Amino acid sequence: MTSPASTDRVPPQLSAGPRPAPGPAADEGLARRLRALACTAPLHDLDARKANLAGEYSVYGMAEVALAAIDLVTLNMDFDTGADHEQIVARLVPRIAAQAPHRPAAEHERVARWVLENLINVGSADRGFRAVYGTFAPDGSYVRRDYDFKLIEEVPGPGGTVYLRTTDEAVNVLVGALDTDVTSAQIAAEVKLEVLINRGRLADAQLAAEQARYRTVQYSETLRRALDATRRNVRAVDWLNAVPDMITEALDHVAERYRHENAILTNIRKARDETEEPEHKRRAAELVDIVKDCIRRHTQLQSRLLEAGPLFRAEQDRQAFATPATTSGIDLYGHLVAPALPLPLEQAIRVTDAFFARGTGLRTPVSVRVADLVGILLTPPVEREHLGAEMPEPDLIATPDDSRFSEEQLAAATELLDLPADAPRRLSGLLAEARRTGDPDLAYLVALLAVHAASPPVGTAYRQGEEKLLFAVDDGTELDDPEFGGADLIVGTALLDAAGMAADRTEAA
Amino acid sequence: MSEPVEWSEAEPSAPSATTAVTPADAADAARLVAFGLQPKLAPARDQEYTELLRRYREDPAFARLADAVAAGLGLVVLEVSPRAGMAVTAAEDSVFAVRMGDYARRTAADSGDRFLHGLAHLAAAALAFPRPEDLADDSYIGRVTVNGVDAFVRQACRRLEERAAEQGENTDPATDAPGLEAAWRIWARRSATGATKDARRPAASTTGIVAKALAFLTDSGFLQRTGDDNGGTYRTTARYQLQVRDMAGSAALAELLELGVVPVTDGTASLLPAEDTDDLDLVADAGLPFHS
Repeated sequence: MTSPASTDRVPPQLSAGPRPAPGPAADEGLARRLRALACTAPLHDLDARKANLAGEYSVYGMAEVALAAIDLVTLNMDFDTGADHEQIVARLVPRIAAQAPHRPAAEHERVARWVLENLINVGSADRGFRAVYGTFAPDGSYVRRDYDFKLIEEVPGPGGTVYLRTTDEAVNVLVGALDTDVTSAQIAAEVKLEVLINRGRLADAQLAAEQARYRTVQYSETLRRALDATRRNVRAVDWLNAVPDMITEALDHVAERYRHENAILTNIRKARDETEEPEHKRRAAELVDIVKDCIRRHTQLQSRLLEAGPLFRAEQDRQAFATPATTSGIDLYGHLVAPALPLPLEQAIRVTDAFFARGTGLRTPVSVRVADLVGILLTPPVEREHLGAEMPEPDLIATPDDSRFSEEQLAAATELLDLPADAPRRLSGLLAEARRTGDPDLAYLVALLAVHAASPPVGTAYRQGEEKLLFAVDDGTELDDPEFGGADLIVGTALLDAAGMAADRTEAA
Repeated sequence: MSEPVEWSEAEPSAPSATTAVTPADAADAARLVAFGLQPKLAPARDQEYTELLRRYREDPAFARLADAVAAGLGLVVLEVSPRAGMAVTAAEDSVFAVRMGDYARRTAADSGDRFLHGLAHLAAAALAFPRPEDLADDSYIGRVTVNGVDAFVRQACRRLEERAAEQGENTDPATDAPGLEAAWRIWARRSATGATKDARRPAASTTGIVAKALAFLTDSGFLQRTGDDNGGTYRTTARYQLQVRDMAGSAALAELLELGVVPVTDGTASLLPAEDTDDLDLVADAGLPFHS
């Protein structure tokens, strides 16, 4: 509809003469800050919009939850995949619950999901955010521009799963000023960490260690992207200099970091074991975990780097030593994809449309005869077999009932032993009563249950919240019975404080 | 259904042949074209198909007759061989042609979506035949995956983004002119995937768009699905190579030339992406706003 905007076509350095307004160079810093500011907008927006949610959600600090979520996703990002959606929700819930402990757990989870979904911005097609800002073009005209960004993005994982990753924008929002040289920033952080530990300032040391881990994650992310690109297309990278240099550099980096972090680990372990104060001990233990995680990530990175070389050589063999083709066809990437991508949409679409029209093959059109149509329309729909094929009736063989006592006998014995709490009885009396029922086996069952009650499962009853428990005590009286020998036990029922026990349990948990 | 067409087409070719064309010959020629319209049918699996292919190659009169039947139906014959069978494709405006509006509904209203679907097909071909030699070599079998195509395009987009950043350009598009936004940004902006209620890929995500393209090409007999790794793994067929080489590639290139963009390579080695800065420099005055 229009030709490309003149703002884009004229390079800034070529525009000469006095400018009526500050040009792009002067505006650049402002634009960068505007974009940085825009990245925080979704977080403020969460707090502004929580009032619109059905329910009283003003107690929750949504921006805090959002930052915690970005934090969690960043820390859980692995070399290959990202963070798991459910895991992030589960880890967010304790913080949300701490903000409003009296609210139901379901609401906490709902808040976690709401925040996470809003950070992904599930509602929009791009699943991202857009901010509009204005700059001055070289000719002095004022241009409004769209800035599109994401905070958390969803990436495909192995087996069709979806993982979360934080974008660079989000990491910048989270830690700030991370847009520096990764390597030097990491060295700085580690030197700082070592100094802090030597001086025994563990609280600061933990902060520095966490920052070092963010940088570690960011570093492996950068390398993962580079390796992915080279794995796909050998020609896409300078295999003579750039890639070997990059791999060597990265391996050196891993070796150095590994040495460094092991040294730190030894230091912190010493600090952890020697310190008297429990708070210091706890912090040092946390630090050990963080540094261990850093080392694990470096090891992972290293194994990737070692795989890269053989992969390159195999691809090189396949591609460089094949017999040269006689005809030179179209280079699809170099001739079509690469030149089309930088074009404005309205031009690029002509190229892709042309390719689509000739590149999709043919479809045989479906034609319907009226005679068939009648038949098709009148055919009753086929009943779909939701349940699948009928199961054959299983041929069951009855196993002989070899229990010593029947269910009825157990019920009778339980009834007999259902004693009031304030009236324990002698075993001899219970046996006599059992014999009066006329069932000779019942006495055996009663005796058995009474012996079991001599060592009642108090712990189990406590855990299950039972209200009473059968017990038996030997007071030294001998049992005078034709069939049984031993002590004439006193059998009784003890009442348990179920409510009190339940309260104890929750406190303990 | 095609009887009248083949007669009217067949008759002009009859005098040039030494023997007269019989209705039986015309029926056989039409039968061969009908086999060609079933792109997933492998010639080796059907004895009649194999026999007709042999006759096409040995009997010039029959070959002309079959070509005429195809032309009359609005089909272009790409190749007739034992490996590709009767490889025919739809001519422009043929009833067999695939239209973007039928392919994906949303593309009618949204030019961004239309571009994404077209680019998915172009990128799938570029990844299937990464070097010009691969496209020219008849025995080459390419492999593509859904996630691979998406990552490949994203990588190219990222390179453009980095280059724009290096040159200190502001690629954010003007708010009131979405058509002027650089094409790569459309892909880069769209999310790669997303969580859905039924654990399927969201259709509007880039992997969803690529998966649709690869599944469609499989139905066209251009790809064969070999596995589920990386979102779906496919290998190319001879027909796809022919289609891309003889039809789609040249059509897209012609369109690009018409836009004034002249991609130049030395013709022997494949174009290194590291070198395409040079190419883009050549077209500085051709309406490329981001590489002056």
